[in-house]
Amino acid sequence: MSERSGNSVELRDVRFAHPDMMFAFDLNVPAGQVAVILGPSGAGKSTLLDLVAGFRIPRSGRIIIGGRDVTDLPPSARPVSIVFQDNNLFAHLDVAANVGLGRRPDLRIGPADREMVAVAIARVGLAGKEKRKPAELSGGERQRVAIARALVRRRPVLLLDEPFASLGPGLRDDMIGLLAELHAEIRMTVLMVSHDPQDAMRLSAHVIYLEGGQVAAEGPASELLVRGGPAALNAYLGRSGKLAK
Amino acid sequence: MAVGDEQMNKARLPMRRRPLSASLAAGFAALAFLAVLAGVALIGLAWQAAGQGSGLVAAFDPYLWRVARFTLVEAGLSTLLSVVPAIAVAVALNALPRFRGRGLVLRLFALPLALPALVAVFGVTGVYGQHGWLAEIASVLGSPSPPDIYGLTGIIIAHVFFNLPLASRLFLTGLASVPAEYWRISSQLGMGPLARFRLIEWPAMRRAAGGVAALVFMLCATSFTVVLTLGGGPKATTLEVAIYQALHFDFDAGRAVALTAVQLFLTGITIALIGLAGRPSEEGFSIEVRSVREDRPPPVERTAASVLIAATTLFVLLPLASVLISGFSADLGKLLRQPAVWRAVTTSIVIGIIAGALSVALSLALVAARQAQARGNAGRRGRHGLEWLFASGAGLILVIPPIVIGAGWFVLAIRFADPYTLAPFMVVTVNAAMAMPFAVRVLRPAFDTAAARHDRLCAALGISGLSRLRLIDLPALGGPLAAAFAFSMALSLGDLGTIALFGSDRLVTLPFLLLQRMSSYRTSDAAGLALILAILSLALIAAADRSIVRERSQ
Repeated sequence: MSERSGNSVELRDVRFAHPDMMFAFDLNVPAGQVAVILGPSGAGKSTLLDLVAGFRIPRSGRIIIGGRDVTDLPPSARPVSIVFQDNNLFAHLDVAANVGLGRRPDLRIGPADREMVAVAIARVGLAGKEKRKPAELSGGERQRVAIARALVRRRPVLLLDEPFASLGPGLRDDMIGLLAELHAEIRMTVLMVSHDPQDAMRLSAHVIYLEGGQVAAEGPASELLVRGGPAALNAYLGRSGKLAK
Repeated sequence: MAVGDEQMNKARLPMRRRPLSASLAAGFAALAFLAVLAGVALIGLAWQAAGQGSGLVAAFDPYLWRVARFTLVEAGLSTLLSVVPAIAVAVALNALPRFRGRGLVLRLFALPLALPALVAVFGVTGVYGQHGWLAEIASVLGSPSPPDIYGLTGIIIAHVFFNLPLASRLFLTGLASVPAEYWRISSQLGMGPLARFRLIEWPAMRRAAGGVAALVFMLCATSFTVVLTLGGGPKATTLEVAIYQALHFDFDAGRAVALTAVQLFLTGITIALIGLAGRPSEEGFSIEVRSVREDRPPPVERTAASVLIAATTLFVLLPLASVLISGFSADLGKLLRQPAVWRAVTTSIVIGIIAGALSVALSLALVAARQAQARGNAGRRGRHGLEWLFASGAGLILVIPPIVIGAGWFVLAIRFADPYTLAPFMVVTVNAAMAMPFAVRVLRPAFDTAAARHDRLCAALGISGLSRLRLIDLPALGGPLAAAFAFSMALSLGDLGTIALFGSDRLVTLPFLLLQRMSSYRTSDAAGLALILAILSLALIAAADRSIVRERSQ
């Protein structure tokens, strides 16, 4: 993420079929924006990230990142990094090796890479824990390692698939804080799937609300997630129509 | 000890009485059965050894060491040639998680384990033998015919046929436990096939590798039928077969005891190695192996994987096809008009049913006793010896091979009576014991899951002991019980070890009849009998398969 800026992420009429579900995404996230993707389960939140990351191939439509058509590129050639909810780290490798994979996927790491890995580990607050195995870390620390690996990959787009869902409220706040800091520094584009509208509020994010495999509403968190927001979100947020008025 | 436990338990859990009763008693009965089976055999051997004196020392002659060395070489090579390719096959199968027919390939890979060894031998010679398909193709093409497979080559081909698919499935289970995210991360990081193998696939399989290798080594070192039929000459004899030959042809009990001692030493070391390396996961023996790999490997890797899978499938499929084709072209009508054939079929089925039922009952007793003991031991430190005994008792037959048990009873019986009168009893009990490790593997996970689900409820309602077994546990276990029975019966149906030792004109099972026809070169009869035996075994395995699948879908 040395570019010090993100890339725009655009899905142009992207269609993808699941055995029992049809997805149609059309959206544009400007460079450097933090977008939080909300929606009921099964709405297609993770599928959207999988399409951007290249783990799934759309049936039709184009995916454009930073003005470049990446639809046909394999995952490793796309300018994105992803952090999952779990299992981001290889359990048999220590923290430094897990982060180092972000520099060299065959782990043949030179001195310059080693330096960069150490800086990233320190940046996420884990200095001194380089030799720990994932099992010796807390859930929050493991996610920090995954973020450190995303940092050393220096890709302009960061995809987060419910990265803090298994953390308690305190840790969750810490991680949101870390994410906000990193974004202020690097200005990467962030697409984060979440099930907690509070995440979007805290990050002052752009909210993309999915339902039934497509974008149902979109806008700044401060407008969408307050009373009087769009009707589409009422049921999801538990606001009754009357109260909303 | 039981009283002490009871009191300790009361002190800790005043509300719950320990369900000592029925399950534990049945467990002890099962252990006693195994102890008598093995103990009497060992006593018989020891007695024989004591009587031999210096003759026993003389039995440790160059012949014995040559046989021991051949056993090691044969088992070592078979293991190497099964396990190393299996690693590649598992990686390939994991790389292609949903091609058409993948389920069929995995089922096919489960077949050799269930196929009677004699049928497999028949198939292997039908493909690679002197008059096999390969030789025919060679003669059509005018190229020199392939070398004779009798001896080391044939033994290794047959062992790889059995163990390569098994090992592939065991490794695939290891790969299936890799979290889905790993594959995605590796494709995003751009790992090549080598880095992926080093960083993901091998670490996932490494845990299983030692255990798989030791298991395959064990199966090859104690394999009887394959060596008897494809080797057996002085240059290609293993300890198992030499024990049989010493008793059956030479009536040299002293030599048999010496061979048995070496065999027990060898299996003991291998079992210890399995213990050190960790047993392979239980799931490799189950029917379906799911894969979670969702990334798409590049075309080159996919092509290489496809070729490897196709070649392995062909390797497993050809001997089976050969059995089918030669069987159906045999004169089945004439064969089925022979009373001897019908007698053998009936004998085999009756023995199979009794052995299967005995095996399942004993296994269930051990599983239930282990569970009861574990429940009692829960939260208590140490003193898990009994629980361990219930858990591993079924593995006894792995330490003391069937032929050793047979040999022990044989040399003991010969002092008192005609050992051949013992035949039905020996065949049934040894076959039952032989199937127990597999029956326990099927029953225990299901039983333990059911127990975990029902324990608290039953405790709250005061359902325990026999009524719990009858009302709660047995109904929940219908599928696994049927599967364990069918599998045990199939194993008994294909067994040649004990019957070769004890069989006579008075007791002829289907494999024994097949062996007789094969050794008297009545090839057409043999082909038909092999087909009948294969169909019976595969029908039972299919039934076991269905029971498990039905259970899972519920």
